[in-house]
Amino acid sequence: MPSFDAILIGGGTNGLACAARLAMKGRRVVVLEAGAEVGGGAGSREFAPGYVAPSLAHTTRGLDARVVAGMDLARHGLVFHPALPTVVLGPEPLTVQRGKTSGPDAAAYAALMARLGEFARVLAPFRALTPPRLTTTGNEWGRLARLGLGIRALGKAEFREFLRMILINIADVAEDELSDDRLKGLLAFDATLGAWLGPRSPNSLILLLNQLAIGPDTLMPKGGMAAVAQAMARAAEAAGVHLRCNATVARVVVEGERAVGVELTSGEVIRAETVVSAISPRLTFQQLVGPRHLDAGFFARVSHIRSRGAVAKLHLALSGAPGVPDLRARMVVAPSVRAVEEAFNPVKYGEVPKAPVLEFVLPSAFEAGVAPEGHHVLSANVQFAPHAPKAALAAARTEMLENTLAVLEAHVPGLRGLVVGAEMLMPQDIEARFGMVGGNWHHGELAVEQMLFLRPLREAAQYATPVAGLFLAGAGSHPGGGINGAAGWNAAERVLAHG
Amino acid sequence: MTYDAVIIGAGHNGLVAACYLARAGMKVCVVEKNDWVGGAAVSRELFPGFTYSNCSYVSSLFRPEIMRDLELPKHGLQILPYEGGAVFKEDGGYLGMFRDHDANRREFARHSPHDAEAYDRYARDVLRFCRFIRPLLMRTPPDPSSFKPRDLAEMLWLGRKLGEMSERQLAELVRFWTMSIADFLDEYFESPVIKGYLAVSAIIGTAFGPMSPGSAYVLLHHYMGDVDGNVGAWGYARGGMGAITQALSRSLVAAGGEIRVGSGVERVLVRGGRAVGVALANGDEVRGKRVISNMDVKRTFLKHVDEVDLPGEFVKRVKAFKIRGSSGKLNIALDAAPVFPALPEGAPNLKGDLHFTDSIERMERAYDDWKAGHFSRDPFQDVMIPTMIDPTMTPPGKHFMSCFVQYAPPKIEGGEWSDADRDAFGATCLDQIEKYSPGFKNKVLHVEVRTPRELEAEVGLTEGNIFQGELTFDQLLFNRPVPGYAQYRSPIRDLWLCGSSTHPGGGVMGAPGRNAAAEVLREAGLRPTMRDAYAVL
Repeated sequence: MPSFDAILIGGGTNGLACAARLAMKGRRVVVLEAGAEVGGGAGSREFAPGYVAPSLAHTTRGLDARVVAGMDLARHGLVFHPALPTVVLGPEPLTVQRGKTSGPDAAAYAALMARLGEFARVLAPFRALTPPRLTTTGNEWGRLARLGLGIRALGKAEFREFLRMILINIADVAEDELSDDRLKGLLAFDATLGAWLGPRSPNSLILLLNQLAIGPDTLMPKGGMAAVAQAMARAAEAAGVHLRCNATVARVVVEGERAVGVELTSGEVIRAETVVSAISPRLTFQQLVGPRHLDAGFFARVSHIRSRGAVAKLHLALSGAPGVPDLRARMVVAPSVRAVEEAFNPVKYGEVPKAPVLEFVLPSAFEAGVAPEGHHVLSANVQFAPHAPKAALAAARTEMLENTLAVLEAHVPGLRGLVVGAEMLMPQDIEARFGMVGGNWHHGELAVEQMLFLRPLREAAQYATPVAGLFLAGAGSHPGGGINGAAGWNAAERVLAHG
Repeated sequence: MTYDAVIIGAGHNGLVAACYLARAGMKVCVVEKNDWVGGAAVSRELFPGFTYSNCSYVSSLFRPEIMRDLELPKHGLQILPYEGGAVFKEDGGYLGMFRDHDANRREFARHSPHDAEAYDRYARDVLRFCRFIRPLLMRTPPDPSSFKPRDLAEMLWLGRKLGEMSERQLAELVRFWTMSIADFLDEYFESPVIKGYLAVSAIIGTAFGPMSPGSAYVLLHHYMGDVDGNVGAWGYARGGMGAITQALSRSLVAAGGEIRVGSGVERVLVRGGRAVGVALANGDEVRGKRVISNMDVKRTFLKHVDEVDLPGEFVKRVKAFKIRGSSGKLNIALDAAPVFPALPEGAPNLKGDLHFTDSIERMERAYDDWKAGHFSRDPFQDVMIPTMIDPTMTPPGKHFMSCFVQYAPPKIEGGEWSDADRDAFGATCLDQIEKYSPGFKNKVLHVEVRTPRELEAEVGLTEGNIFQGELTFDQLLFNRPVPGYAQYRSPIRDLWLCGSSTHPGGGVMGAPGRNAAAEVLREAGLRPTMRDAYAVL
């Protein structure tokens, strides 16, 4: 029985990034993954005989630069296709790439995206920062102040614009700056993707800035999204990390108010000085730690971490190529700001929208072997889906699938005739499959009141938790989710700083 | 003659600013387009023998510091605190509200013992947020992009104030400022009707639903007032809301100020880059060393100032200023007191605010209607019968009822309101009341229905927005109304703003007028004779 310095609970991308970083610094690390494979949302799955789709994430905006360099992911096989253009579908499709497009709004759109790009640039360093504690002593205030000066260095006029826009809603920005509904719809869609917000909700622009801060492009790895997990797993193992799949953690073992290891559902106990949980903070505290070891007020507030997912995942097996302008683009169906807002409205009441908005890619246009020859796989993120439908889940799922297919058929005529297999994952299905509470991609909504030093909760925002020896490293911590490993890397730095 | 200051608009903020300037020795003249003063704080006889508070209808936010500075009680202002209130439920039940905290607690317990427990915690937490924000109301926001000593000192003051809070309080404050009232209430309460009741203050006057992030702050905006030191309490101005502006007018005249009614401004006169007076619609000119506009920022600069006198970037920002109206109003003369069978006989609840929206979901759905460009089919109404407490407004035995209605969009599906739209809107509201008070409609002697269209035409509130601009972070503090122009000044020298478009925003509060006056006096080298905000509640 080998002994370990650190146990990582959860073998998703953040767990792997954290484990690899710790191992590189000489720690003996084991990753415990409940599933049969590591990778979490960055895997792949055969959803119909002969058709393989990305398990959840189908593109990325790029991994954290520290993760890519530190884990030497290129050497371990992670290579990307050229950045995907975005095609906004409609009577006249519009292609957008890197903030540039054609049409009547071309100049206005480029100017807006340049400004947002500047804002994102000064915000990007915050992602790599351990959120400061709101006390005056001993933390990263110095670094934070420097980043603040970076914002001021935008210049007086842009700094004022920054302060005006930082908590604004995306709908107003789109309406003020643009006239082309296709671009307005695209901005509204992108800003709210993965959030529990409509475009008219304040604080929606900052979510778009966060995405732009990760990277301006939509990227697809060669070999599909599973290639990310595979490269990270290889890199972690090369660094000495021990990966164990099919190992479900039942509880964190706490002795003398300190985490000293974990117990698996098999009854096996693994001990280590440090336990790092890369799964949802709510599950970590509610199920693995339990109220016995936590302050009552803290435990109550754990249940207040909002974690509503509003994205459904659709996989279609197609018997031929769909009639889209570009098979290797990201396609978006979001006809207007209002369409996005109205797709969100019913979700507030646990209902399924009549006309959802969505983005899709065709992984089969990039990789051979994920569908039979000449056939295709379509992978879509569909907004918005109720995380707790009032109707029975099966009925809601059926309605969601039907409404989505109707929207798709309207924008890609003939598509329905090609469908030979379909899988619709509602937020509840995503929760069951990936352990994401409420089906939320970020293990807790990425919303201003759950960001930075408030993520996931004030007492656990610096990756350490009220239980000594127990750390958080997942998407539920700053800076949130997406396939990029930033939270895991930040957590590792924090664990190392603690000695 | 040339006045020291010409003030455009005799709304409460214009009058407050004028009073302070006059008391500091300036020669001031207030010009008002209507034949009466008051703006949106008026008492008007629109049906023989009945006084209507036909715009704003309750008082709480009006700053007590201003009342004392300007001696408004001496000039006849009396605020009557009201008690109680009720939410009528669709299932025939009701939630009663009482002035007494413990009575409320008992009533909450009838709906949910859990929520009765939570109510103490909730009341305490919200009061703490109010404590933090109240001192900010009476200060000019600093410009964070400026390195002027005064702005730096003010930023430092703010920083110190934040530093006085504990880590926990700071975290809670930041959350409260950014989250939705629905999410906030979910952390305390479980009963839909209790949450529905408490969410009301977060949506009044706002183009927001209770599920919109940022709506919790609007709640605070409505809670930070008080009546006689009772924080969060609301009251009626005796004789209607016009009593406030009447008292201000008397205070102004007593200080030597002038008011000219029936004097609508056509244009602000700008000579050599400075405002030198106003040209009236009747052809007269009123000259002044400075001009202070109580009109909203859009009306001031887009309608009454020549665009060539303004920087292009400023005009663009003013055009993009969000001022979407969200509410309408019914003012009703009643032959007799309405009866609500759900309430026990003799219950005090009719003396307060009455609602028919018993859940946050119904409120949010009403907002969805607004977003789609309709008035709500199942509107939220804040119904008051001030004559239950103030008998001076109607003949004996008769009543005046004020119904604040949300949501009503500034345009109907992109087009102007028609009279038919207005009548349908009014009928929807009356039907809703009739449902809970059978026979109500038979008691109606007269109804005035006001949509955003009427509010704009009569009071001059652009798009019918009662706050002269939405209360979102991009339009609050140093962003209000336009970044770089949050200190009551404008790009034109000697042209100032003092209305609710400026910090700290709308409501019959008087703070923008008072703060603007302070800036004017400071620049003129005169010592402001005014109190700072009371430090402690």
